Amino acid sequence: MAGTGDADASGPRAERDEVEQLDFANPTINVTQSGSRSASVSGVSTISTEETPPPLPPRPKRSDLLDSRPSTSHSTAPARPRLVSKATTQLSYTDTQQYHQDSKDDSLSSGTSRPKRFFGFASRNVSDTDDTASVRSVAPTLGAGGDMESIMGDLMPGQEKPPLNILGHVVQDQEAESLFLPDPDFDEAFIREFDDIDDIDADGSNQESVMLEWRSKLKHFLILSSAGKPIYSRHGDDQLITNSIGLVQTLISFYQGASDTLKGFTAGDSRFVVMSKGPLNLVAISRLSESDAQLKSQLDALYMQILSTLTLPSMERMFAARASYDLRRPLEGTETLLSALADGFTRGSPSTLLSALECLKLRKTHRQVVNNTLLKTRSESLLYGLIVASGKLVSVVRPKKHSLHPGDLHLIFNMLFEAGSVKAGGGENWIPLCLPGFNNTGFLYMYVSFLDLKHPTEQMQERPSSKDGSGDEVAILLISANKEGFFELRDMRDELVSQLQKNGSIDVIGHAVRLGRPSCTDVVPGSPLRHFLYKSRGNVQFCMPKFRPYFGGGAERRRLMDLYGRLHARLHNKPTSVNICHETATTNISLAWATPLFELYCVAPGTTSRAALAQAANKVVQWVRREEERVFIIGGAVF
Amino acid sequence: MADSAPAQPKPSSSVKLVLLGEAAVGKSSLVMRFVNNDFQENKEPTIGAAFLTQKCNLPTRTIKFEIWDTAGQERFASLAPMYYRNAQAALVVYDITKPSSLTKAQHWVAELQRQASPGIVIALVGNKSDLAAVNGGASGGDSSDDVDAAPAAEGETNEEEDGADARRVPTKTAKAYADEENLLFFETSAKTGTNVAEVFTAIANAIPETSLKGPRGVGGQTNLGRQEERVNLVGGRTEGPKEGCAC
Ligand SMILES: Nc1nc2c(ncn2[C@@H]2O[C@H](COP(=O)(O)OP(=O)(O)O)[C@@H](O)[C@H]2O)c(=O)[nH]1
Ligand SMILES: [Mg+2]
Repeated sequence: MAGTGDADASGPRAERDEVEQLDFANPTINVTQSGSRSASVSGVSTISTEETPPPLPPRPKRSDLLDSRPSTSHSTAPARPRLVSKATTQLSYTDTQQYHQDSKDDSLSSGTSRPKRFFGFASRNVSDTDDTASVRSVAPTLGAGGDMESIMGDLMPGQEKPPLNILGHVVQDQEAESLFLPDPDFDEAFIREFDDIDDIDADGSNQESVMLEWRSKLKHFLILSSAGKPIYSRHGDDQLITNSIGLVQTLISFYQGASDTLKGFTAGDSRFVVMSKGPLNLVAISRLSESDAQLKSQLDALYMQILSTLTLPSMERMFAARASYDLRRPLEGTETLLSALADGFTRGSPSTLLSALECLKLRKTHRQVVNNTLLKTRSESLLYGLIVASGKLVSVVRPKKHSLHPGDLHLIFNMLFEAGSVKAGGGENWIPLCLPGFNNTGFLYMYVSFLDLKHPTEQMQERPSSKDGSGDEVAILLISANKEGFFELRDMRDELVSQLQKNGSIDVIGHAVRLGRPSCTDVVPGSPLRHFLYKSRGNVQFCMPKFRPYFGGGAERRRLMDLYGRLHARLHNKPTSVNICHETATTNISLAWATPLFELYCVAPGTTSRAALAQAANKVVQWVRREEERVFIIGGAVF
Repeated sequence: MADSAPAQPKPSSSVKLVLLGEAAVGKSSLVMRFVNNDFQENKEPTIGAAFLTQKCNLPTRTIKFEIWDTAGQERFASLAPMYYRNAQAALVVYDITKPSSLTKAQHWVAELQRQASPGIVIALVGNKSDLAAVNGGASGGDSSDDVDAAPAAEGETNEEEDGADARRVPTKTAKAYADEENLLFFETSAKTGTNVAEVFTAIANAIPETSLKGPRGVGGQTNLGRQEERVNLVGGRTEGPKEGCAC
């Protein structure tokens, strides 16, 4: 998401396509051959293909397990001075020390023989492979490079400490259904989070209660011009947000004077994060447990949406003419898109958290047929062609020298599947939009047609009017630089769909859509896991099991995303980032694990032992490895 | 709507129609009523433009409307010519509760008269007639000068609320303007369906035989009927400037 990339970035790399393609075609399987050259901590990192659990820090020797929710403070990072680059858990300080001691001893005594667990990767610099991927990460993949030191701390199976459930786990049974302790206040607040705020009456009599409503929101997004003019607020009208804007504006100008751009501060139980982008200031105010970096990436997405509506040069022109320019006018109609993005973040978006995309799982051969059909029917002015099923990518066709930026795709998916406008409108759509990750200076034109899977060759006039994203919407997106290209792309669509129909792909896609995401136990029979996120760094894609039944409710899902968010922050918080970490709460135990190849986050009930969790994590990695060419789009169709 | 299948094939022709008008006057709602016979409160704004088709059966022939529903937001104004350039008919919509939307509609009419195909059939449509008190419009509306109050009233006019009259554009005013400019004129409600089919039928009837083309005059396949040998004023989609993309 970190949307600062631009089109140039893809240029110079293009020539390497051919070469990289080979490596890329098989990025993970070559375990023995690679890896070692990147393992900076030699000696400790003999590569082995044996199945071994991921490194385990020792289990906490604490009995206060009821102290469940770890601190949600946003400034946890500096609190552990000695933990640089080491695994962390919610441990007492003593335990941590102990652990460090352990690992050191370990690595000295048995270092070279200790089996290591990470899959080889084709290229040390992950971003080298980017241009063969259909979606490209802008961020240099978080600098994960090859630092393997936190692989230290591997526990031999025999060293596993007593399983957690010995320690006073009566609570567990009562909470068997949920992985989180009940928190009715949060549930209540979350349910109301998306309700509209009442207008203030003309006589102002309800001002107090409206203000209260506003304050009770868990999350606010404000966008204002550097002159202090309100441009967008997720909740409440101008009158209502004036106070906050005034405060934020004052702070910004104060810090700007000090040549130190304000980043974030805490007021009460709210975390404020401010991002200044040219003529705009974007503010996130959150009472959810999100790190500054995560909030910033959300603000980035909102900023990209604004650029997508206006393009950067035209926005700058507007403000150059008049600093007090009212941007709401040219943005008219964009509020719904901004709010759809904002609400996605508030509900919790794995895609944004991971800056990655999800794909529809298809057999490799099936996907190839779809890819080839896209290539065969490609019309002259086509830049990108995508088939998308309920927010999951089915297939992409693209020019060799251009990748698709995940942030751009997120904007498109948000427009099509979260905001109701296009979906509910019926018919076909022709949408001018700027894809800022591709090129923030100009517009492209996107042809959109939703398919009726039962009668795919007929234009869908009447889409199911429910906006609840019933999940089986398949859209054909054809993007061109030609603003007059509608009918050309429409003809392509007709041809594409009729061929997909003939070669059976429509049925295949329909089947995969109906199948939905697997459950954890489909992935690994008997797995104790309740949920996981697996991100393939090279492909900038992720996969996960279904949220239901354990995280079906909005608040449950939000708690899960909170947990992932904390784990993610600990993997990525610089300079104290780690490659593996655990979190243990009364009712759940979770693991985050990063290698140059992937990031894995998973969670299981609190009764699960660390060994079992580690084993389950490994099984997921094995599964993805086996299914890689099904769950991810590798390469895509390139012309 | 107009769709009972003809007993025997009637001549069929396609009519390209564009909807223009300020955002939120109800263009998309009118189309949705015409095409799906459906209505949505609090519809989200259109992004870009939507393309829909709908057949309309007349006694002597079938008209297939190819409809461009534009977004009406200012930033898309420069794209409008692309949609009306080849259009044979235009529906210029305003909101009877919002005088400024009539002004905007008049601008569109002027632009069409200057720039669109000479024979274009234009209908001026005052939408949201359900928000007017019964007879409120015909009598001219006593609040006709209350221009300033109108924008504020918009959105707050709770439908049917004690029958309050939200009309701010008298029928007379708009009708007089339409007559002067030789436009078809209707007041409609996409919400109740009043007059919606009538607008499209009137347009279908007003299209001169001579400007009718076979189905899909633009864009390729011919799926129905014979191609009428008529003047094709337009060169199809390949015409027009190709410049203008910054990529
Ligand atoms: N009361 C009433 N509301 C309408 C009518 N037509 C549209 N609306 C509402 O007006 C708003 C804007 O409608 P929309 O069709 O999106 O307008 P557009 O921007 O011109 O396409 C929506 O909330 C509609 O529900 C109507 O005939 N009566
Ligand atoms: Mg509309």
